[in-house]
Amino acid sequence: MQFQFAQQGLTWHDTYFLAEGLLNTIQLAASATAVGTIGGVVLGWVRTVSVTARVATTPIVDILRSVPMIIQLILANSFLSIMGFSTSPFIFGTVALGAWMSAVTAEVVRAGLLSVPSHYRKSARSLGMNRLQELVHISFPLAFRTALAPWINLVLSLIKDSALAGVIGYVEYMRATQTLITRTHETWILLLGAGLLYFIICYPVSKYSRRLERKIAV
Amino acid sequence: MIEIRSVRKTFGPLEVLKGISLDVNKGELLCLLGASGSGKSTLLQCINGLEPIQGGEIVVDGVSVHDSKTNINTLRRKLGIVFQQYNAFPHLTALENVALAPRVVAKRGRAEARALAQKHLDHVGLGSKAGSLPSRMSGGQQQRLAIARALAMEPSYMLFDEVTSALDPELVGEVLETMRLLKGEGMTMVVVTHDIGFARESADRVAFLHQGEVCEIGTAADLIDNPQKSQTQKFLRRERQVPLAAVERTVA
Repeated sequence: MQFQFAQQGLTWHDTYFLAEGLLNTIQLAASATAVGTIGGVVLGWVRTVSVTARVATTPIVDILRSVPMIIQLILANSFLSIMGFSTSPFIFGTVALGAWMSAVTAEVVRAGLLSVPSHYRKSARSLGMNRLQELVHISFPLAFRTALAPWINLVLSLIKDSALAGVIGYVEYMRATQTLITRTHETWILLLGAGLLYFIICYPVSKYSRRLERKIAV
Repeated sequence: MIEIRSVRKTFGPLEVLKGISLDVNKGELLCLLGASGSGKSTLLQCINGLEPIQGGEIVVDGVSVHDSKTNINTLRRKLGIVFQQYNAFPHLTALENVALAPRVVAKRGRAEARALAQKHLDHVGLGSKAGSLPSRMSGGQQQRLAIARALAMEPSYMLFDEVTSALDPELVGEVLETMRLLKGEGMTMVVVTHDIGFARESADRVAFLHQGEVCEIGTAADLIDNPQKSQTQKFLRRERQVPLAAVERTVA
């Protein structure tokens, strides 16, 4: 009797598996975007406050954006495990991707803040606004307009980089696809599907950003 | 009353204000004249604490501006300022520009702040522009908007820093008209300007600044029609020649 795999071809059941992967991809990308953006706004603002603050935070930014994501993921995973934090791959992925997102967003935020002409700040202060009020009502809204397009770029990169979180055992869409390829050898159709799916996730994001950009144009 | 007492201001090795003393009385319009670099704009920005000073004191209604115990943000509500560059906040409509500070600084309700803003826009003749973004307004309208925005904080003093210098000539009139309107209402104003005509006709007193010092001060009639110091005479002669030379160039 010839040896046979139980399930060799693709079945309808596999779509559940892929759908789960898709959901995981979206969850990871969303949480890392949220964490990374909040971190990046704070870090980016800190980096405009003084030269000391900028010099002090430069190593973090440089390391996080220069080391390949896959290495960061593996190192973060091993390091955090050695430190005794044993938690879900989702948290590890969020931390690693979010840290990268913070570093790159920080530079976009810094550029946005630096692009706000100083006379708007001066006007705001002359009306009696304190630094925080000025930041919230004038500098951040104006910086947002400059930073929006490059920030969307980063979000799209992040969505695609989330495909690397498979290396730390997080079953996102790419990992799910690879698993199925290993079993079924339906390489073409599965990879095409994956490519299409990432496009379907990313395209609305860039489409929406263009609409937003038009809406807030000054 | 604004009392300026031997104020010194330096930018690195450069001393821009060399011990200036000057009083601004309630209800008067004081014009500051002087060549570029004479320190007049810097002095104006020192009055509301936008620039720190290195010596002397500026006292507004009994409160020392540069004292570290002074709450500068509270004090600034008394001192409206309008700058040379148009600086209406570009992401806010005219109405929002004016309503912002009353809402966040003076803590007025949203509806109240908007009503107040509309009142001040009407006042400077921009009532119909309430919903426009600054990019849809002319330079003159933007400067009037900046005036309305400062007025909405109900200041006791208004400071004008060469507000017409960046404007096309045909837009200067409407801004000066708005300033005359304020003067007519009894607002205390300090106006840095190159417009000798405006100073002569609207100012109560004129101070001529030369190299960081008050060179000459007096009534508009005295100082402009009959200047005593040679620097003042030279400055006024040169300022008057500029328009003439420009006319000659275009005619020739």
